[in-house]
Amino acid sequence: MINTGDIFSTAIKPTWCPGCGNYGIWLALKSALTKLAIPRENIVIVYGVGCHGNMRDWMHVYGVEGLHGRALPVAQGIKLANPNLTVIAVTGDGDCLGEGGNHFIHAAKRNPNITVLVHNNEVYGLTTGQAAPTAQVGMVTKSTPTGVIDPPFTPSSLGIFTGATFAARGFAGDIPHLTDLISQAITHKGFSVVDMLQPCVTFDKIHTYQWYRERVQKVNISEEKLGDRVHSLELASTFGEKIPIGVLHKRDAITSEDREFTLKNGPLTTVPVVDVSALEVLSQFQ
Amino acid sequence: MKTDITWGIGGEAGFGIMSSGTMLAKLFSRAGYGVIASNEYPSLIRGGHNFVSVRLTTDIVHAPKKSIQLLIALNKDTVNFHKDELDDHAYLVYDENDYAWKAEDFTHPITLIAVPFTELVKEKNGDAVMRNTIALGVTMALLGKDLTLLTAVITDQFKGKKEQITKDNIAIATSGYEYVKKHYAHLADMVLAEGTVKEPCLVMNASEAVAFGALAGGMKFAAIYPMTPINALIPLFADHAEELGIVYKQPEDEIAGITMAIGASLGGARSMVATSGGGFALMVEAISMAGIMEVPVVVDLGMRPGPATGMPTWTEQGELQMVLRAGHGEFPRIILAPGDVEESFTLTKTAFDLADEFQTPVFVLTDKYINETLWQLKKSVLTAPTTGILSKPSEINDFKRYDVAVANGISARSFAGMKGQEYIANSYEHDEYGYTTEESAMRISQVDKRARKMDTIRARAPKPNVFGDVDADITFVTFGSLKGVILDAMETLKKDGVKAKLIHFTWVYPLVESDIKPLLEGEKRLVVVEQNSTGQLASLIREETGVTILEKWNKYDGRQWQSEEIVQKYNAK
Repeated sequence: MINTGDIFSTAIKPTWCPGCGNYGIWLALKSALTKLAIPRENIVIVYGVGCHGNMRDWMHVYGVEGLHGRALPVAQGIKLANPNLTVIAVTGDGDCLGEGGNHFIHAAKRNPNITVLVHNNEVYGLTTGQAAPTAQVGMVTKSTPTGVIDPPFTPSSLGIFTGATFAARGFAGDIPHLTDLISQAITHKGFSVVDMLQPCVTFDKIHTYQWYRERVQKVNISEEKLGDRVHSLELASTFGEKIPIGVLHKRDAITSEDREFTLKNGPLTTVPVVDVSALEVLSQFQ
Repeated sequence: MKTDITWGIGGEAGFGIMSSGTMLAKLFSRAGYGVIASNEYPSLIRGGHNFVSVRLTTDIVHAPKKSIQLLIALNKDTVNFHKDELDDHAYLVYDENDYAWKAEDFTHPITLIAVPFTELVKEKNGDAVMRNTIALGVTMALLGKDLTLLTAVITDQFKGKKEQITKDNIAIATSGYEYVKKHYAHLADMVLAEGTVKEPCLVMNASEAVAFGALAGGMKFAAIYPMTPINALIPLFADHAEELGIVYKQPEDEIAGITMAIGASLGGARSMVATSGGGFALMVEAISMAGIMEVPVVVDLGMRPGPATGMPTWTEQGELQMVLRAGHGEFPRIILAPGDVEESFTLTKTAFDLADEFQTPVFVLTDKYINETLWQLKKSVLTAPTTGILSKPSEINDFKRYDVAVANGISARSFAGMKGQEYIANSYEHDEYGYTTEESAMRISQVDKRARKMDTIRARAPKPNVFGDVDADITFVTFGSLKGVILDAMETLKKDGVKAKLIHFTWVYPLVESDIKPLLEGEKRLVVVEQNSTGQLASLIREETGVTILEKWNKYDGRQWQSEEIVQKYNAK
């Protein structure tokens, strides 16, 4: 990879639409990684397939561009092989909650120490604007010409309900705030979900920067209240005239990696291969 | 004295039928006999009919036999279902409480041995489930063997549980043994000659041998969603993860399983999944991803009859053509198919080295029969571990993960954590660094690079194994689990003066025309024997070598081809 002045950028120019919320998210992610001073060789970002996933070509870290919907199990596999790595999943609302919904809830249940950044723009941008699972009722898209009829998910409340130990909501139009949320999510030990509100300037004429600016309200919740799942769920599912943004949930729980006895001796990459002829378990077969 | 006996036990599911087969196989293996135990059962946990047969021979054995010399019936159905399999003068052990069998109920002469299983268990205050233990005691007496062989296995079986449990089981086994000694001491037709197997053996199924092969091949991460017939891998990996130095994860579905395994492989751990056809169908997109990302991953695919849920607890070799084509787009792959536990161990170990070297998916094709049959594995087969990851990242600064200049198609890998070797493992077509590209020349270069790996693999492909006579009257061609069955049938044919040969494919794909064609051409009579209805191996041979084998013997009722059936088929033609 070719170095540039910005250590997390490559020489390739982004191809997102001018004004796309992805630019804000990209900047916030790079700023968070810079702030946390994580060496780039220790970072793995697993991308889903969608507009968000195109970020892979302009991020200088170890990247994995997988299949649509499957970023989270790939990320968990990497983390289990080498828990010393900082593993981030960059996903979209369709990728993470549509195609990958089952993986999302089970990852939350296991609590691996990975961070999931959900690009939430309510549409499938890369396939030119169909409704995502986060699309609000009534929203007209290419796949819902008379408006969305099924009520949406909010990624943060789904995460909190199914076991995520950190959940936050940010806005792509407020980069310093989003930077802080992303760096807190990466720092948190456990499954961290950041729901990132992001205008799609091409396929969504309703949820503009202006629309969000009129509704987002920063919340600052006490440590004690952050661990209260019912309170957190209430905040996370508030989405309408008022949209609370900030850290919504945070609590400590054992991680998926810490439950593995083998990993107590270090990453799998350093665990020696066993001599099968000397295993105790062989006595079962005699 | 007998040198070859097939013992069978049948009863309702949930009555320890399987475990009594395992115990019998273990104790005779310890005593220097050849053993092989195979089972048949419906897809139920309680109720339904369970049946295990154990073939006991004085020398090493390749396959079970259909005809039974000693049958233990723990219910009436066992006799109804299996009476046609009873040999002339076979022993039938049954409880008169279930049904009072008479000689005229059978078409050929049978020795009826009534044993009051239920009563004997009651006398010892045992549970009805323990009738199988009586059966083992009865068996030892009828085979003329020392009871201590059985009590040693019982002691090991209940190790770690309350001492009283061991004592109770031994008391119950003894009462079966003594009942026969008292009431049937005159019966000596089934006395088994001494075993001659000198080498220490383990008794396990092919799934377990795959597990040990994987460990010897440096496997560190397994993600396995439960599915018949590969479930035996799971407790072995899950219960012993720490001793084995691995992480086993039960994923939410097979898609998660294969993508987790690919993730672990990207992170630097050799990884695997195991599944059956239906689960593998879900993994197919990710196999294609491993192909373009050039990620090593090993898939143990235990075949069973499809389509769809099919007959989940029965056997078939119906997934060869699926594995051959699985995954959209064109990318290299290797398919291996073990014929017994020894090959399950060695080929799985090899599969991990091949996957790592060629950075592509490698399949180990097993099936229900091989995975749930208990075989003997010579202890000496369990060899030292592999050297581990073969791929080393390049030392140069300008690291090209997908360097197209490599003549053999194999470019250096790096793993996260290695400084200056960052790249993108990209499911999109990519350039040498992993950046997405749709540019014509780079697309061609990358497709050609991956194709060159296939050429390199092909140059490495070993020839099939050939067994039997040079100038054969009949030459059998098969793959995977039919090896033992055909070898056993060939022994019978030999006694009848028939010269037979077996060409057995364990390396199933890719094949080398110049190696295979001379093996097949010039044979008097070529027959492809397969456990499927369409002749999938025959199609593959034709596709890869241009050789058309016209005679195809196919079986697809879910029951494994039996040695006797091969012989009958030969004699009928």
